[in-house]
Amino acid sequence: MSLLTTNYLTPTGREEPWRFTPLKRISGLHEIEKNVPGDITFAVSQNLVTGVTFKNVAASELPPSYTSTDLISNRVRSSVGEVSSLNIDKDIELAQPIILQRNCSGSPQFSRLVIEIGTNSKATVIIENTGKAIIGEEIEIVVSAGAKLNFVTLQEWEPSAIHLGQHHALIAKDGEFNSYVITVGGSVVRLNPTVDFTGQGSSADLSGLYFATSGQHLEHRIHVDHNIANAKSRVNYKGALSGQDARTVWIGDVFIHKGADGTDTYELNRNLLLTDGARADSVPNLEIETGEIVGAGHASTTGRFDDEQLFYLQSRGIPADIARRLVIRGFFAEIVTKLKNEAIEERIMDRIDAELAKVGE
Amino acid sequence: MSELIIKNLQVSVDTEAGSKEILKGVDLTIRSGETHAIMGPNGSGKSTLAYSIAGHPKYTITGGTVTLDGADVLEMSVDERAKAGLFLAMQYPVEVPGVSVSNFLRTAVTAIRGEAPKLRTWVGEVKEAMASLNMDTAFSERNVNEGFSGGEKKRHEILQMELLKPKIAILDETDSGLDVDALRIVSEGVNRVKSNSDLGVMLITHYTRILRYIKPDFVHVFANGKIVEEGGPELADKLEEQGYAAYITA
Repeated sequence: MSLLTTNYLTPTGREEPWRFTPLKRISGLHEIEKNVPGDITFAVSQNLVTGVTFKNVAASELPPSYTSTDLISNRVRSSVGEVSSLNIDKDIELAQPIILQRNCSGSPQFSRLVIEIGTNSKATVIIENTGKAIIGEEIEIVVSAGAKLNFVTLQEWEPSAIHLGQHHALIAKDGEFNSYVITVGGSVVRLNPTVDFTGQGSSADLSGLYFATSGQHLEHRIHVDHNIANAKSRVNYKGALSGQDARTVWIGDVFIHKGADGTDTYELNRNLLLTDGARADSVPNLEIETGEIVGAGHASTTGRFDDEQLFYLQSRGIPADIARRLVIRGFFAEIVTKLKNEAIEERIMDRIDAELAKVGE
Repeated sequence: MSELIIKNLQVSVDTEAGSKEILKGVDLTIRSGETHAIMGPNGSGKSTLAYSIAGHPKYTITGGTVTLDGADVLEMSVDERAKAGLFLAMQYPVEVPGVSVSNFLRTAVTAIRGEAPKLRTWVGEVKEAMASLNMDTAFSERNVNEGFSGGEKKRHEILQMELLKPKIAILDETDSGLDVDALRIVSEGVNRVKSNSDLGVMLITHYTRILRYIKPDFVHVFANGKIVEEGGPELADKLEEQGYAAYITA
C-alpha cells in the first residue's frame, strides 16, 4: 500500500486543497518524510447486539474500496497495520445507536476505520472524539443496497487537539446515508466528508455544525460525486465564529458527471460572525456535465449577528445574554433537532452555551 | 397608576450624509387607562418616537427626558425598559429562526415576572389568550414570526402584550396590513387588555380606521418631528375629512 504515498509531495500550502490549512500547526501529519505510527484508536464501550461486530483486522484483509486523492488518507493507508472494522449484518434494524469512542495518545498517530452496513439494515453510528489527539484518519463507510445509516461524528476535542480526516461514504442502490459532523473542539480540525454513489435511487444528506472560538481553525471540505443516475444529495452546514482569529473554512464541491441524469442536489452553508476578528471562508462549487437533472443549486451566506433579532427579544424583557443564546440556539436548531437524539442535542447546545459565555468575557 | 412623561425629546439618526434630526422636541404624557392616538403623515417621525422610547440602538437621544413613574427610561437597557412596564408592538416584528413561539413567550414572561411561570397555569393562560385572538394552538410550535402572515404577526404582538402585562403599550401602526376581520380581532385584543389592566396606550397610526375600534381619549397630530396639534376624538374626524395637508409645510 505504501506505493501510493510516493506519488505525493509534502504540501507547501500553495496547493488548492491545502491553501486554507495552517500547515505549521498540524504537527507534521502532512509531511511525507515523517513517520507516523498507525494505531487502533477506537473502542466500543457497550455490548453489541447479534449481527453487529467490531474487531481489528490486518490491513491486508480490508483493503480500501475506492481510490483516494487525499494525501492524509493515503498516508494513513500506507502506515496502518491494522484496521478497525464495524460490521452490521443485513436485514437488521438497530434501536440503539452504536457508539465508538476515540482513545488517543496525544502524540501523532494515524487510524483507519471501515464501517459496513448490510443490505436493508438500519442503524445509527456515533463517533465521539474527546481529549487530546494529534490524529490523521480515514473512515470508509459502505452503505449496502436499501440500507440506511445515520453517521454522527462529534469533535469535542480539548483545545490542543489536531484532527485531519477523510470520511468517505459509498452508497449502493436505494441506500440512504445521513451524516452529522459536529465540530466544536480542537485547535485545528480539517475533515473531508466525501460521497460516491454506486447505485441508483441512493441518497446522501450531509449536515454539519461548527463553532470556532479564538484561535481555532475548523475546516470542512465536502465533495459529493454524482457519477450515477437518479441519486439525491443535500448538504447543509452551519457555523458560528467568535473571537480573534477564529477561523472556519467550508468547501462544498458537487460534481454531476455525464450520465448522472435525474440528479437532485442542493448545498447550503451559513456562517454567523459573532465578533470582529473572526473569518469564515465559504466556497460552494457546482460542476454539471448533464442537463438532464431534477435540480442542482447552492447557497452560501456569511453574516453578522442580527441586532434586530436581539432588539426584538430584549424589548420583551429578555436580557441580552439570554437573547443571544436563544438566537444562536435557534440558528443551529435546524441541524441538531434533525439528529433526533436529545442527549446529544443537549450536550451540543450546552457546549455552545459555554462557548458563548466566553464571548461575553 | 402609571405615568409615562416625555419632555422635549430630541432624537437623531446617523445617515450617510451625517447626523439627521428626526424628533424636534416632543412633549407627551400618557397615564394608565388613557389612550392617545398619534397621527401623522409618513416620515413625520412617529415610529422614531416609538423606537426611541423602546431603546433601539439606531437612535441617538440628543435632548429631553423620558420617565416612567419617575424612573429615567433613557438610562435603562432595552430589556430593563420592558421590565419597567413598557411594551412596543412593532410594525414589522422580527423573525427569529429556530426559536419557537412557546419558548420565546415563556422566556419573556420569566424575564418580566422575575420567575418562571408555573407550568400548569401557564399552559392554560397561553391557550386562553391565543383562543381570544383566534390563534390556533399549533401556532406556539412555529418559529417566532417566521412565515407569519401580516395578520398573524400583529396578533402575535398583541398576544405578547396580553401575557407580559405592561403598564404602557406603544402600538406602532398595528393596523397596517390588516384586513377588516384581523383589525377587529386585534382591536378587541387591545380593548380586552385595557379593560383588564388599566393599560395606558400610545396608538400610532396613519389612518383613522383603527380608531373606530379603539377609542382614543386624546388625539395628537404629529408632523415634522413634533406634535403640532392636540385635541379629543373629534380631531380624528377632522383629519379623516381634511387629511394632513394643512400640517405639512414646505
